[in-house]
Amino acid sequence: METPAYDYRIVRGFVVWSIIWGLVAVLVGVLISFQLCDPDLNLPPFLTYGRLRPLHTNAGIFGWGIGSFFALFFFMVQRLCRTSLWSPGLARFQLWFFNATIIAAAITLLLGYNTSKEYHELEWPVDIMVVILWVIFAINIIMTIIKRREEQMYISLWYMLACLVGVAVLYLVNAAEIPVSLFKSYSAYAGTNDANVQWWFGHNAVAMVLTAPPLAVFYYFLPKSTGVPIYSHRMSIIAFWSLIFMYLWTGAHHLLWTPVPDWVQTLAMAFSVMLIAPSWGSVFNGYLSMQGEWQQMKSNYLVKFLILGITFYGLQTLQGPLQSIRSFSAFIHYTDWVPGHVHMGTMGWVSLVLFAAIYYLAPYLFGRKVYSIGLANLHFWLVLIGQIIYSISMWIAGVQQAGMWHATNSDGSLTYTFMETLVEMYPYYWVRAFSGIIYLAGVVVFLYNLYMTAKKGEPAEQLAQQAN
Amino acid sequence: MWENKPVLLLVLATVTILVGTVITMVLPFAWVNTDRDRIETVTPYNPLELAGRDVYIREGCNNCHSQTVRPLVTEVLRYGDYSKSGEFAYDQPHLWGSRRMGPDLARIGGKYPDAWHYKHMHEPKSMVPKTNMPAYAFLERNKVDPDETRHKMDVLGFPYTEADIKALQGKTEMDAMVAYLQKLGTGIDWRKQADSAVVGELVNPFRGDRTAAEAGESLYRKHCASCHGQEREGDIGPELTGLAGMDDGDLFEILYNGLPDGGMPAFSNLGATKNWQLVNYLLQED
Ligand code: HEC
Ligand code: HEC
Ligand code: HEM
Ligand code: HEM
Repeated sequence: METPAYDYRIVRGFVVWSIIWGLVAVLVGVLISFQLCDPDLNLPPFLTYGRLRPLHTNAGIFGWGIGSFFALFFFMVQRLCRTSLWSPGLARFQLWFFNATIIAAAITLLLGYNTSKEYHELEWPVDIMVVILWVIFAINIIMTIIKRREEQMYISLWYMLACLVGVAVLYLVNAAEIPVSLFKSYSAYAGTNDANVQWWFGHNAVAMVLTAPPLAVFYYFLPKSTGVPIYSHRMSIIAFWSLIFMYLWTGAHHLLWTPVPDWVQTLAMAFSVMLIAPSWGSVFNGYLSMQGEWQQMKSNYLVKFLILGITFYGLQTLQGPLQSIRSFSAFIHYTDWVPGHVHMGTMGWVSLVLFAAIYYLAPYLFGRKVYSIGLANLHFWLVLIGQIIYSISMWIAGVQQAGMWHATNSDGSLTYTFMETLVEMYPYYWVRAFSGIIYLAGVVVFLYNLYMTAKKGEPAEQLAQQAN
Repeated sequence: MWENKPVLLLVLATVTILVGTVITMVLPFAWVNTDRDRIETVTPYNPLELAGRDVYIREGCNNCHSQTVRPLVTEVLRYGDYSKSGEFAYDQPHLWGSRRMGPDLARIGGKYPDAWHYKHMHEPKSMVPKTNMPAYAFLERNKVDPDETRHKMDVLGFPYTEADIKALQGKTEMDAMVAYLQKLGTGIDWRKQADSAVVGELVNPFRGDRTAAEAGESLYRKHCASCHGQEREGDIGPELTGLAGMDDGDLFEILYNGLPDGGMPAFSNLGATKNWQLVNYLLQED
């Protein structure tokens, strides 16, 4: 059978740039962790914690996360549809425009132009750039799927399509704002409504950006790496539809005990707990696909990244529902527990799956085999250890802080002032900052390994030609 | 069937995500910011406060400070009355936040005198040595733009007078920030209502007890020195010497309930025991 002319150059372009933005995210992450230990590291006005934290989250989620998803979607869609991209030209424009958008985002955030809404900080002109970016991306993917030469659409394509519409709906609704000047706007919604819309968006950004796309990647790259198909097709169908149905009800679990109407909070709590089922549907599907293949955890470094990744996803989707229960939320909401949760998802689940996919792609992108499996293993252990120390230190910190915030004396007065609780957090902040350095070291090893692959790796000509 | 039809899948996926969206995100608009949750005493921001709010957004204070007090016992004790939906009717966007690196600010208005905020924003460590809040001294150098602020008031439809806009002339972003902070949470008159009725007779349980006075001294350094000076010589608050003649019970009540109009915070959340220790320290001649 003839092989279509797959376009790997565009995939390479997105991979390279997403890694650059990922490095920025991690560097800024390390910087803000140290700022929390020592406020003298703030350099007003541009480099204060308040302006850098949104830069960190945006570089992480949009630069590293979405940048890599662009690359991997372009790769997967071509292979799964056995056809070349609908428009390589549009994709090349998208790469250029993606970088322009991220740069505009970084500069405007440092200048203090932001809407204040978490994960939607970008002011309206940059918002418009994001929308253009998404529209041309969606068109290219959808048109490629429409002209596919493979009858069935594989699981990964469903998650990709859900991500495309999901992000579009969420982003547009939450973006409703009234411009007052070139870099200032006011939200179209007020107060409690604004909060409810924002967290409907915020939580589903987790669903549509930090869950659906990495699942698409996982469902594609796990079988590719192990050589064994996914355990159950039917289970993935049920998991897919129930996941995208339930997620949208849960935004208010970020707003428990706030003035948002009680019944909205209760629904959010109930649906969050139900979400365990579809989430673990994918986890089990991953684990069961490994039946009889568990020795690959030792022999195949890609499997290590992927299985640890899905394991963190599994933990994340148990911890999340727990956090959605009113009584537990009363305790840990607002504390350091939550960054522990967040980074198990981002540094663990999302990043581990992306690392695996990028190693898998290296031969296609550079025509060479990965330079050093040893370094890939070192990378694996560094990021794993860094992430685990990060999350565990923050969970302990969060529980201790929550305990102190809620402690009362026998006469009903508070046992601790706010500062007495913050002082107890500093040792944990130092531990977290150093865990960030370990993680950063892992990322540097990754970069070096890829660089050497491109320069010195053993040629792997035939791979690049290999059909689906 | 849908597995072969991408357009059908797209349509089905859209419908699927819209169900929860309509119920939990669109429907609440029928309850929130309507007559059901309106509070008459809550007013829009004036031009100076609005300018301050925009600086708050620009500097990303919401990354460290939340602005909602939850109806939980210790939270109400620590920050004040819990937040009500109607209090936020003029907040576009809301600034509830998701982290408390620093304390909640929903009820900060009236907690401290202006002078405290100016010093604290200028260099937080000067007031709270172990804080990790960044210093915002540069706000003192930036001027508020009256025309831009007028335009913003128009966009939001908030009422203002020409005199308000004139008054912005020469104001710094620091002035605006302090004005905004002092407005927060004052839409309802909770401070007066929160005055804890002191139960029973006010009898000083530690009269003449030296150790209690020593405990009081270390409490003083922690909670009072930033305003009344290390040696009680006075700074933002008045000098606290020569109080020996005061009635124990009166002094206790000042500490316990504060003097909200004069800028002296209430310390009821420290509990009666610590307040009595403080009283004994203050009564000591030095
Ligand atoms: C890195 C996190 C951080 C940032 C950013 C930050 N703060 Fe703070 N803030 C704190 C901490 C910690 C405290 C408690 C210690 C203190 O009073 O300094 C605090 C205290 C305060 C207080 C006193 C609260 C009270 O009840 O005593 C006010 C008012 C305040 N901050 C305002 C602001 C404003 C306005 C901004 C933005 C310009 C800001 N903060 C930015 C961490 C931060
Ligand atoms: C935020 C600054 C601030 C802090 C902190 C503060 N005070 Fe005050 N205090 C004031 C101000 C301002 C006044 C003057 C109020 C007035 O005159 O109405 C005052 C008044 C007083 C008075 C009445 C003095 C008089 O001569 O009538 C006493 C007593 C007092 N404070 C004790 C304390 C103690 C004890 C603490 C610590 C537990 C404390 N203050 C913490 C600002 C503060
Ligand atoms: C069933 C799945 C999940 C549920 C029910 C869930 C639930 C929650 C809850 C309740 C919070 C708010 C915590 C608080 O502030 O009190 C939260 C925060 C968060 N979660 Fe999850 N979670 C889930 C999965 C995930 C996954 C897979 C990720 C991927 C990275 C993730 C990323 C985040 C992020 C980034 C936040 C922080 C939001 C913020 O406050 O800025 N979550 N989650
Ligand atoms: C070395 C690695 C990293 C370090 C040291 C780091 C550090 C930090 C710090 C200090 C915060 C603020 C926490 C707080 O509010 O108290 C934060 C928040 C956040 N980071 Fe990271 N980070 C790292 C990697 C990443 C990556 C790779 C991503 C995304 C792909 C990411 C996404 C986020 C998000 C979404 C938040 C907001 C969390 C919340 O609202 O609770 N981080 N990070």
